[in-house]
Amino acid sequence: MTSTVTPPVRKTGSGADRGDGGARRRRLPRLPDRIRHGGLPYLLLLPAVLLELLVHIVPMVIGIVMSFRELTQFYINNWDKAPWRAFDNYKIVVDFDAPLGEALLHSFYVTCLFTVITVGLSWLFGMAAAIMLQENFRGRGLLRAVFLTPYALPVYAAVITWAFMFQRDNGIINHVLHDQLGLTDEPSFWLIGDNSFIALVVVAVWKSWPFAFLMLMAGLQNIPRELYEAASIDGAGIWQQIRKITLPSLRPVNQVLVLVLFLWTFNDFNTPYVLFGDSAPEAANLISIHIYQSSFVTWNFGTGSAMSVLLLLFLLLVTAVYLVATSRGRKGSGAV
Amino acid sequence: MPSKPLAGKARSPLAPPASFLWTRRIILAFLTAFALLPVYVMVSSSLKPLEDVTGKFQWIPSEITIRPYFDIWDTVPLAHYFVNSLIVAGAATVLSVTIAVFSAYAVSRYRFRGKRVFTVTVLSTQMFPGILFLLPLFLIFVNIGNSTGVALYGSRGGLILTYLTFSLPFSIWMLIGYFDSIPRDLDEAAMVDGCGPFGALFRVVVPAAIPGIVAVSVYAFMTAWGEVLFASVMTNDETRTLAVGLQGYATQNDVYWNQIMAASLVVSVPVVAGFLLLQRYLVAGLTAGAVK
Repeated sequence: MTSTVTPPVRKTGSGADRGDGGARRRRLPRLPDRIRHGGLPYLLLLPAVLLELLVHIVPMVIGIVMSFRELTQFYINNWDKAPWRAFDNYKIVVDFDAPLGEALLHSFYVTCLFTVITVGLSWLFGMAAAIMLQENFRGRGLLRAVFLTPYALPVYAAVITWAFMFQRDNGIINHVLHDQLGLTDEPSFWLIGDNSFIALVVVAVWKSWPFAFLMLMAGLQNIPRELYEAASIDGAGIWQQIRKITLPSLRPVNQVLVLVLFLWTFNDFNTPYVLFGDSAPEAANLISIHIYQSSFVTWNFGTGSAMSVLLLLFLLLVTAVYLVATSRGRKGSGAV
Repeated sequence: MPSKPLAGKARSPLAPPASFLWTRRIILAFLTAFALLPVYVMVSSSLKPLEDVTGKFQWIPSEITIRPYFDIWDTVPLAHYFVNSLIVAGAATVLSVTIAVFSAYAVSRYRFRGKRVFTVTVLSTQMFPGILFLLPLFLIFVNIGNSTGVALYGSRGGLILTYLTFSLPFSIWMLIGYFDSIPRDLDEAAMVDGCGPFGALFRVVVPAAIPGIVAVSVYAFMTAWGEVLFASVMTNDETRTLAVGLQGYATQNDVYWNQIMAASLVVSVPVVAGFLLLQRYLVAGLTAGAVK
């Protein structure tokens, strides 16, 4: 029996199965058909389906319904009695000349800029770290642990430390920039005003580049060593190997990574909320904070829901376009 | 395939040129400083008396004290929040990983109608912002409480449910990828030997997928341990988690930065230690599951 419990792993089987849908599909019906599995897969899925309904599908439907109603604090206890307002909530939030719409447009703009910069820098740092640690040298394991530490730290503990570091009078950032390097005439405010955007980006990049590093490090494990050996026999230097082998081989990983980083950064609530509290400065007012404020601070769930639905549509659109664009690029000759 | 050796041999038989070595040193030094600066601030400030953390920052503390580590437990009911976080994050992890094992097995090993709908739904819910589910779940909980008297809003159980919004889809997604990488012959052979489908799952697939399951569990636990949004809306004084409880060190008159740093360190050490111990599994799990 023990031989069944811990079977020898056959490399050939794994190679044929992985990523080869054709071989899998041909072999699949063999056994399940013989044992007549019937409802078995559905039974296995049942708990997941029930919970998915409970935490995702039903709330989403309710969220969409809510966005058509006037749902202020008076109706929270029986929201089914909230007056039906058709598209009024949507009209309010996209009326960019009115204060509410203008604020939404501004926070959308801030979020886009924040996302592009943060994803770009996180990818760059993660890539640099993964390539620099690909080869074995003394201290490599230690550095890997060091680089993953920001990822492992609980968000609120890490971000609250950054909030302390950005304090005007007793923070380390002003101490270094002003007292030690003399780069600024007087200590700057980092958590209010325009500087808050810089502070937010720094913290977000610090928080997310280790994930890029982790994913890219995992991706590097899949590049066959023979490629590098062949290249170096042909006389390619290490820089050429990085450019011609490492980067192109990571394309599929990069496609997933950039999408995931984009979604996480765009939806990030934890970082701005811990850094600034529930009223972020205008320059760093991300869309998730904006929706939170209008729902739980000013108690207007109707417009909050309308904004959530619009955000959802935007994310779906971007993701669909991205997936189509990258899958087309994959079929092409490789130049993107 | 479980636990691939990570520290491969030298990648290139040629010795790297000096330009590469120097670039490597500079980049690694910069990234190390960037990654560890907050850790240094956390550790050093947690050892300073209050007067020192409210004054100018000092790289080297003029006076070292471990008082903050004793005070943190009295200023705020930290132990209570700790237990809450442990229960909520632990339960959310166990629940989502257990359920994900069954559904990932079904998706990976069987062909059935509705499979595509299920996987696409699970995948797409993963990209939705938490704020999207927060508002409806809040209203559902409040209304269930009003109509049936079941207090989901503010309870640990309610918070655990909301944490499934992010941990369940991720767990299912990762485990499908991982189970796919386990040779099908193995569990087919077990079934030929007389195991039922559940026998094959628990005797063959689950043991072979341990690295993936560990990776998913670590991820689910860490995310739940660090979650702020749901925790700040869905908890009350009794059920508050660490994510919200840490704000208690900032009072009307004083911000006890030394205690905040000490408490941050205390709540971080278990997760960071666990994560660093298990990170090999995480890379192996990602290699097989997500990065194919």
